[in-house]
Amino acid sequence: MKSAAFAYHRVRSAEEARDCLARYGGEAKVLAGGQSLVPMLHMRLVRPAALVDINRAEGLDRVEFPPEEDVVVIGAAVRHADVLRHAALGRRLPILREALALVGHPAIRNRGTPVGSVCHADPAAEMPAVLALLGGEVEALGAEGRYRIPADAFFLTYFTTALPPEDVAVAVRLPLPSPHTGQAFAEVARREGDFALVGAGASVRLDEDGRVAEARLVFCGVGDTPVRAYEVEAELAGVRPSAGTWEEAGAAAADRLQPEGDVHASAAYRREVAARLAARVLAAAFRRAREGPDAAEVAGPNAADGGASPAGRNDAPDHRGGLPE
Amino acid sequence: MSEAAVRPEEALYEVDVVVNGVRYVRQVEARTTLADFLREELGLTGTHIGCEQGACGACTVLLDGRSARSCLVYAVQADGADVVTVEGLGALAPRARRVTLDDGREVELHPLQEVFQAHHALQCGYCTPGFLIAAFEFLRDNPRPTEAEVRAALSGNLCRCTGYQNIVDAVLDAARRLAEEGAGPA
Repeated sequence: MKSAAFAYHRVRSAEEARDCLARYGGEAKVLAGGQSLVPMLHMRLVRPAALVDINRAEGLDRVEFPPEEDVVVIGAAVRHADVLRHAALGRRLPILREALALVGHPAIRNRGTPVGSVCHADPAAEMPAVLALLGGEVEALGAEGRYRIPADAFFLTYFTTALPPEDVAVAVRLPLPSPHTGQAFAEVARREGDFALVGAGASVRLDEDGRVAEARLVFCGVGDTPVRAYEVEAELAGVRPSAGTWEEAGAAAADRLQPEGDVHASAAYRREVAARLAARVLAAAFRRAREGPDAAEVAGPNAADGGASPAGRNDAPDHRGGLPE
Repeated sequence: MSEAAVRPEEALYEVDVVVNGVRYVRQVEARTTLADFLREELGLTGTHIGCEQGACGACTVLLDGRSARSCLVYAVQADGADVVTVEGLGALAPRARRVTLDDGREVELHPLQEVFQAHHALQCGYCTPGFLIAAFEFLRDNPRPTEAEVRAALSGNLCRCTGYQNIVDAVLDAARRLAEEGAGPA
């Protein structure tokens, strides 16, 4: 299908984007990578009066490490592929590379943006889960100037965030891990590049005695927003990990989830997968905290099963659009 | 909302774009996708349109040197850009082979196109342009891939004839041939 008509504004700055959005009174949408928005326009699930294209806006295409702050700031026009290629970012926040490698396919990652993914707020997507796991912030520009929305206040429900439609997200701010911290992300999807049936991310910081100083655990694909396992995180604090610690934590976290079943997976299956994934990412995060970031590849079922990529498998989803010519 | 004075469906936007080395300047509606622009405005029908939602990969082109779904980019966004479609792939080869088509036209074939032919890596051919562009970018970035890497790189392209095994074989063969020639795909 084709998009309904809209006006197009290519803006040169974040301020111009904000002013343009304000003029349309919330009836305009920001166009960054467009890899989720444009399909919705084609299917006419959204019909904005205008698109505000921020791809050439000054200063939004940067990855910055502000001095004296342990954060990375990723601009709203930075693409997934840019993050994946960014050597310093890969070294300082490797979980981002691990998670974004699971987003779509190469052509999608060449256009799509981490900030756009956060603002789109698909609860099955990787980037919102990473923002929630790390306790990051969305930096926005509104009528009163720049302000920040923390992750736990940002995601309201499916595809809905606390960002007012007149304001523009200019960046995400992600805390960099402190020493003796390990992080990991893994997911199970129907085929490589699809949205996760369930995904899980973990961050584990150890104290000098090898006890858990802080553990964090997040899921995607099991609720209307990314779901942090706050209770299990609290239970893990101070624990000296032993055999079974991570499996028990994964099971306890999954027990508290209330995933919905759909055509792809039942609720029971999602809960089972969540338990296993949680155990796996917690264990990998722990090993990395102890041994350094190179330890313990997180082999998800997709990664472990060499036959899971679609090339060579006849499981292509049905495309109702057909193949006209 | 002063912009609404001109109804959006009546507004036209200039696109000044280089496609396969040729510059074109056209006026388009904002909602015209790059895929439709290439096919209908420029007559470059090698770029195919399958799902129009980014799932199938048939419309994949190079946009400023990187693969992109031309159905998920509006033509107006390509203003000022450099686009390569399957018709321009041969010109990117270090040593392209000239062949004469049934209709008498002479074209240059990229080695990838030759190996797709040699390995029977296309059946109906609908998905082929997208696979070729995706494979081109992949081999440019990773000239000595493993089979698993090839499969992962092509996972964004669907073939409804299910010719995947031959496509994977063709891309691996292309990598070998290009390595022997001592040149990457570009």
